[in-house]
Amino acid sequence: MSQFTLNLIVIGASFALYIGIAIWARAGSTAEFYAANRGVSPVMNGMATAADWMSAASFISMAGLIAFTGYDNSTYLMGWTGGYVLLAMLLAPYLRKFGKFTVPEFIGDRFYSGTARIIGVICLLIISITYVIGQMTGVGVTFSRYLEVSSSTGLWIGAALVFVYAVLGGMKGITYTQVAQYIVLIIAYTIPAVFIALQLTGHVLPQTGLFGTLNASDTKFLATLDQVVTDLGFRSYTGHHQSTLDMVLFTMALMIGTAGLPHVIIRFFTVPKVADARKSAGWALVFIALLYTVAPAVGSMSRFNLTATMWPGAETGQTFSQPAVSLEDIQNRDDLHWMRNWQVTGLLNWEDKNGDGLIQYYNEAGAANEQLAAVIAEQGLQGNELTTVNNDIMVLANPEIANLPGWVIAIVAAGGLAAALSTAAGLLLAISGAVSHDLIKGAINPGISEKGELFAARVSMGVSILVATILGLNPPGFAAQTVALAFGLAASSIFPVLMMGIFSTRMNKEGAIAGMLAGVIATLVYIFTYKGWFFISGTNMLPDTADAWLFGISPASFGTIGAVINFAVAYLVSSATKEPPAEVRDLVESIRVPRGAGGAQAH
Amino acid sequence: MSDRQSSNAYWQANLKLIWLCMIIWALVSYGFGIILRPILAGISVGGTDLGFWFAQQGSILVFIALIFFYAWRMNRLDAEHGVDE
Repeated sequence: MSQFTLNLIVIGASFALYIGIAIWARAGSTAEFYAANRGVSPVMNGMATAADWMSAASFISMAGLIAFTGYDNSTYLMGWTGGYVLLAMLLAPYLRKFGKFTVPEFIGDRFYSGTARIIGVICLLIISITYVIGQMTGVGVTFSRYLEVSSSTGLWIGAALVFVYAVLGGMKGITYTQVAQYIVLIIAYTIPAVFIALQLTGHVLPQTGLFGTLNASDTKFLATLDQVVTDLGFRSYTGHHQSTLDMVLFTMALMIGTAGLPHVIIRFFTVPKVADARKSAGWALVFIALLYTVAPAVGSMSRFNLTATMWPGAETGQTFSQPAVSLEDIQNRDDLHWMRNWQVTGLLNWEDKNGDGLIQYYNEAGAANEQLAAVIAEQGLQGNELTTVNNDIMVLANPEIANLPGWVIAIVAAGGLAAALSTAAGLLLAISGAVSHDLIKGAINPGISEKGELFAARVSMGVSILVATILGLNPPGFAAQTVALAFGLAASSIFPVLMMGIFSTRMNKEGAIAGMLAGVIATLVYIFTYKGWFFISGTNMLPDTADAWLFGISPASFGTIGAVINFAVAYLVSSATKEPPAEVRDLVESIRVPRGAGGAQAH
Repeated sequence: MSDRQSSNAYWQANLKLIWLCMIIWALVSYGFGIILRPILAGISVGGTDLGFWFAQQGSILVFIALIFFYAWRMNRLDAEHGVDE
């Protein structure tokens, strides 16, 4: 059976499963559409949250980010998991007790202000739209690689699928589809990782294999990897090379950004009780950790495999003991057919610059050690000859590099799609909820009937999907800035305002509005200063380099500073203005205790 | 709902627990994983040092333990103060 047929069968079967679930889990009321009628068990919700949270970036890109940077990019691992501790203790249980449907709704009620609610809606829309574009392009790219269609056709197919289960089932349909998608994506991620860990270290668990002994050299795997990459002029894998301050701030921005992402927060509105919201955050992190503790093993091991492919001697840690891989081998050898496959996609490329028939891979920009300098002189190297290595192939090409059977490749394709589709659906629900519940029912037509609102929710879901698809087809400049823009804004606006709303009875509407505006504006101005105004290239006022950054703080880390500004401004302004009314204090007292959370509230 | 006195004591106990968990949360990630890594450099783990392990694996495992510990303690606090569901 050809690889294409296999891919078609596996992807087709996964799609049939999602549609089947959608038909079974149709939503009949707004409580079902927005919050799955608060009937999702904590373990199920944990699984759905894991799929909701782990996007195309986690699935496809993160291992590659770690592979080529090593220790310094541990920030992603800690940052994208540590936020769940904040959610479990600082936000989720209280927002569940509050018992409404959207994040802006809490902001509006707690700060007794339609203006605060609208600012919340605007932040939510910027965050979620930036985020969803990346998912839609991810769907298109995965389709075009595995099903031989153009990426725009792939995007439309993905959009049609999301349309079916999101419009029909709302939160209820999305929840159970996400559970299925989690299972598909975790299997797809784990199988190749287990095979590779076994091949290199003899460990079944990639988590222990990472710290295990390399079979071929009888020394620790990480020590050998460090040796091999530094031989080739790269920075050591386990070493700390970047600014400590920026690492701390970036990790913090990712953590509080995660906790402030509306599409993640609303998942905790679906469980029956406050106690379930706490427990569910723990389960979510368990399911996330199944991927996040495997990712550093996938990253380091595929980096090692790639290096050992280019320099066969590296397999035993003796990088230069054998000549580099020859051009002839790359073009003919069966076990290297993956290089030819991926060259077609443009994600991998090579060029024999010095015409010696060998492809020498090394870091031409780094400080060459003595041994490397000697090799460069002796072989007359004209520069690094592995000219393109895209981060993403570390996961996507993994099964082929390890020569795994075709069905594994097909499952990886279905897993990539599951990761992108599940996150897209969660984001689209957050967007459509903000439009139908906060804008239409909250501001434009408060008298709308339950049936009317459900219809409005479905229409805004449909329109959101259409807009996301069109933006995915022609990604605007800001789409590449998900980390800086989405996490920066969530960290500097939504997280602080929610936390103050729960932990301070004194915080008033003036303080909350001033704090949000100050946090968001400071963060946006800082990002625009280095990335260009509205990300239009050439309009940046300072170069985007570590030397030009204020105190060495990168634009992506500034969300942490934005959050501090938000807290400080809110405190100062609220101290100078009058206390919130008594009923708001009562509201805060009531969300702090679990008793009385009950089922979905009609309102 | 219980009287104000009890819910105040409940809230103070909750805050104390949150502080404890947050200190551990910061210690394993920002502490052991980043800032204190040079101090832990002497303790070797699988070809590298303890700080690297905390940054890439240990902190995540501690996060999971923290959330379940918090959830378990809060369930007891809820019951003790009569504010459980």
